[in-house]
Amino acid sequence: MMKIPCPHCGVRDENEFQCGGTAHLARPALDASDREWGEYLYFRDNPKGSHRERWRHAYGCGRWFNVVRDTLTHEISAVYPITETPAR
Amino acid sequence: MSKQRFSALSLLRRSLGGHRSWEPQWRKSEPKPAYDVVIVGGGGHGLGAAYYLAAEHRVGRIAVVEKGWIGGGNTGRNTTIIRSNYLFAESAALYDHSVKLWEDLSQVLNYNVMFSQRGVMMLAHTVHDVQVFKRHVHANRCSGVDNEWLTPEEAKAFCPPLNIDPDIRYPVLGAALQRRGGTARHDAVAWGYARAASELGVDIIENCEVTGIRRDAQGRVEGLETTRGSIRAGKVGVSAAGNTSAVLSLAGVRLPLESYPLQALVSEPVKPVFPCVAMSNTIHAYISQSDKGDLVIGAGTDAYTSYTQRGALHINMHTLDAICELFPMFRRLRMMRNWGGIVDVTPDRSPIIAKTPVPGLYVNCGWGTGGFKATPGSAHLFAWTIANDAPHPINAPFTIERFRDGHLIDEAAAAAVAH
Ligand SMILES: Cc1cc2nc3c(=O)[nH]c(=O)nc-3n(C[C@H](O)[C@H](O)[C@H](O)COP(=O)(O)OP(=O)(O)OC[C@H]3O[C@@H](n4cnc5c(N)ncnc54)[C@H](O)[C@@H]3O)c2cc1C
Ligand SMILES: [Zn+2]
Repeated sequence: MMKIPCPHCGVRDENEFQCGGTAHLARPALDASDREWGEYLYFRDNPKGSHRERWRHAYGCGRWFNVVRDTLTHEISAVYPITETPAR
Repeated sequence: MSKQRFSALSLLRRSLGGHRSWEPQWRKSEPKPAYDVVIVGGGGHGLGAAYYLAAEHRVGRIAVVEKGWIGGGNTGRNTTIIRSNYLFAESAALYDHSVKLWEDLSQVLNYNVMFSQRGVMMLAHTVHDVQVFKRHVHANRCSGVDNEWLTPEEAKAFCPPLNIDPDIRYPVLGAALQRRGGTARHDAVAWGYARAASELGVDIIENCEVTGIRRDAQGRVEGLETTRGSIRAGKVGVSAAGNTSAVLSLAGVRLPLESYPLQALVSEPVKPVFPCVAMSNTIHAYISQSDKGDLVIGAGTDAYTSYTQRGALHINMHTLDAICELFPMFRRLRMMRNWGGIVDVTPDRSPIIAKTPVPGLYVNCGWGTGGFKATPGSAHLFAWTIANDAPHPINAPFTIERFRDGHLIDEAAAAAVAH
């Protein structure tokens, strides 16, 4: 069981949270090609290592935030607001 | 290596010598400088593809490179449920191709894969389940695939340990039964293909991780970098399950895949008590009994991506809650071991067996939580695709491009079925 630090409520068990998948996927413009739209909907880096992802404290404050988690160790190295997009 | 056929007579003869005269079943090879085809990943799918390339397409020099030991990935970690009652015609054709190959695989490979058509029963607990499963039964009949609807009483007659009390939290409202479905011995599938491929001259190279994919000036694949040196290759086929995204990224190919841990566990061994495979997608429990006597129980995936090869404990607890309610006689049974494997999941829960944008590079992936059943079929079609540089009609719909063109084969929406 992972422990996840909610920025609003503190450290809680993982099953209070819902993972919203990869963060910072930019929705393409309305005139995007099928290729760009397909990439946006379905294609992912699926990295082995550091992954920026969205989480929601579903059974707590209900709020979304971003997390940097290592997919090989589950270590969480950063937590930052949902509105923030740090440079790579 | 001398041909060591298995037969009642050869077993008897070797038993007289205390079984000391058996040679290794396949050669442990060192990497050679060059091959016509190199398969990356020594699971059932990769070893099987190498076998069919050698047996049916005679493509020349073939190797399988495996970063650990063969069968050490999901092939050796799965709950071995085999069935073909998927909703869409494309899927039914693909999975049924596999079931047909399973039916005489032990004879073809001269290796007992212990394929047992004991029947796979999928339980319905809600009105929605009932409607979806009945739709599957009808769709399967149109595709020529057996699948039948059982009332709760018929389900209990087929599987006596089942609790059909209407007062449990998720009562059994009926079941879909595929009688041709069943189980097989997972390790034996890897070993049987490895042995048969090795006999046909395929090099099986373990402890050899692919770390780079080399391409020529035109972008075509020309070889691999591995932890055991460079290998030139005319064609490369990747069958790396949960690690596919990482391997294909070495050639700059991005895929519609995410990798999740999926778990299973086994109980202490008991006398034969469980005659079939029972699955409940709605409350996440899958169960059968191995010939050793342990109950083999499949759980769900974690809710976030991971490469750890282990899952969270609460996932298993959730499954055991469901098992204890559906099969109360198992409540006092002790669980012996649990483990996880990393499964590569596509957005439509259908696989990809296809050419990639890189000439000479092919991929077989996206089998997610349910690719063991497809091992012979997938391996057979992947070999065809590599040998002919074009898909076989059965796997032609299972491209990467379907995620750009919108031609999804949406088994996820159809049933949200695992395994
Ligand atoms: C717990 C669990 C239960 C399951 N239950 C079922 C079930 O009941 N029924 C069903 O049909 N399916 C089930 N599955 C799914 C099934 O196990 C897989 O879909 C199937 O076994 C995949 O076979 P494979 O040969 O493609 O993969 P694997 O057996 O995983 O083989 C891939 C191989 O590639 C190797 N590899 C990876 N990266 C590299 C590299 N860079 N270089 C060299 N080698 C590399 C790996 O070491 C691995 O051995 C289950 C899976 C799990 C984890
Ligand atoms: Zn919170």
